Amino acid sequence: MQVTGTVLTTRRVDAYHALTVVAPGIAERYRPGHFVSVAVGGPYSSMVTRRALSIHDVKSDYGGTVELVFTVRGSGTAWLAERRARDTLDLVGPLGRPFPLPRDPVHCVLVGSEYGSAVLFPLADALLARGCRVDFVLGGAGAERVFGAMRARRIAETTTLTTEDGSLGLRGKVTDALPSVIADTRADAVYACAPMETLRAVTAVAMEFDIPVQVAVEEAMACGIGVCMTCVLPVIGDDGATRMVRACAEGPVFRGERVRFEDVGTIPFDALGAPGGGARHVS
Amino acid sequence: MSVDMRTFLAHVELANPITTAAGCAASGRELAQFFDLHRLGALTTRSITMAPRAGRPTPRMAETPSGMLNAVGLQGPGIEAFLERELPWLAQRGIKTIVSIGGGTVAEYSELARRLADAPGVTALEVNLSCPNMEDRGRVFAREGSAAAEVIASVRSIMRYDVPVVAKLAPDVADIVSVARACVDAGADALSMINNPLGMAIDTEALRPSLAAVTGGLSGPAILPLAVRCVWQVHAALPGVPLIGVGGVMTGRDAFQLVLAGACAVGVGTALFHDPYACLRIERELEELLRARGFQRLADAVGLAHRPPGSAPRHLLVDTEESTP
Repeated sequence: MQVTGTVLTTRRVDAYHALTVVAPGIAERYRPGHFVSVAVGGPYSSMVTRRALSIHDVKSDYGGTVELVFTVRGSGTAWLAERRARDTLDLVGPLGRPFPLPRDPVHCVLVGSEYGSAVLFPLADALLARGCRVDFVLGGAGAERVFGAMRARRIAETTTLTTEDGSLGLRGKVTDALPSVIADTRADAVYACAPMETLRAVTAVAMEFDIPVQVAVEEAMACGIGVCMTCVLPVIGDDGATRMVRACAEGPVFRGERVRFEDVGTIPFDALGAPGGGARHVS
Repeated sequence: MSVDMRTFLAHVELANPITTAAGCAASGRELAQFFDLHRLGALTTRSITMAPRAGRPTPRMAETPSGMLNAVGLQGPGIEAFLERELPWLAQRGIKTIVSIGGGTVAEYSELARRLADAPGVTALEVNLSCPNMEDRGRVFAREGSAAAEVIASVRSIMRYDVPVVAKLAPDVADIVSVARACVDAGADALSMINNPLGMAIDTEALRPSLAAVTGGLSGPAILPLAVRCVWQVHAALPGVPLIGVGGVMTGRDAFQLVLAGACAVGVGTALFHDPYACLRIERELEELLRARGFQRLADAVGLAHRPPGSAPRHLLVDTEESTP
């Protein structure tokens, strides 16, 4: 659904921006993993595509608020970073397929890199409410780019931090720390949100331990509602066939082992409808 | 007093002139989450091909000033799955559906028409002529009147007489009027214009083209003046041919420009990416604009901007006559 939300508060979280927006209909329907799309640039904007943003927090105050987290990458997100309290935003959501939750109180490791970690916090709350054990592995290039370390420490059993420059926690990537965390916590499942390369490595680790892994991908989108067909990636379906599926409509959450990470950005030759994959059916 | 928004695409009546543009409404189900599709004049499907198509690699999209480039490559399920899953879903709900088709040879278009000829729920058939012609070194059909006409003549001869065939024209041609005329002579019942003109953007960080396919179709408000020009020229040359104006329509005022230039229906594309409710909003705004100017019927405004300078709009003359005792 579409909501004209009013900005309640703005804040900086480490290297990132966070906006809390009053958006009752969206907050009500939200489940962890959902995202929203936001129009940028105001009513006479020359920017025609919407920006897909992850939801970091949902509260019931003021009829329902959502907190959105993003980093400034271009003119659209720069405009968003300039929003102040009482400004209005055009939001559409909640969008996408949310994280599936385990039925039993199992042990879960939540892996996040950079601001991808944001979506893991509402997920952690939902898992804790089901009696699951939650452990975090959070990382980033430097200390200021590790999102949510404080909050993770407060709610999780253990929190492992990694930075590539060694300024916080262990030096290295989240996937360097992940195997020992899985082993120590005797994890039953892994959830991850990070850039594609990291998700690929996280999935490889989880498969080594033979435990399920759910990944939330970050793909460039224009519409967020499944009509523009630009956010596709190759994913293996239940029937074993690879299809180019939309990150916004069929995702953004996928089973890690189903995503063909090494083929993202290409059309694999064996994908359904790949060029040369079948003779043209002209009689 | 409400304005009569009904319009005719050849002999087919649409409740209002607003349609989705081809390739901008996926299977229809995606937009149905937001509003009742019956409120559209018609829904135009993505261009259906014979075989399923995976499309182009990503990145497929780049935002440009007042527009965007796309190179999706007609990703779609193929005619088989379309007839099995997508068309029946629309037909069962009674949604007016313009089916767009795309092919690489005249034979492929003909086969698509044959498959669709007996399918229930086809309100009109739109022929996407901006597909590379495999038998002409990959040059698109729409770039030349004779190639376009060959496709249209074949499709028209196969399609049922009561299903209008609409030719979708590209603006990347020297003389759009000659292509339009060739299509009409070959039997096209209506014309739709414009398809995306080709554009390109370069990523100044990566120092490479922004799109994996290098070039892509430009859409959005940046191309509205191009669409208005094409509709104007074709309506001036072929005033009796129904035109669907498409290209960069974001507001009711944009749609009104195309109507005044000669379009009897208006396709909304990129605006749907920005606002899922765009079609309803544009229809409301267009009706508002017509009412504010004293129009009782949309049909009275079609092509009105072509009237000679100094002459009063006909709909206002009628008004004065009625008010004179």
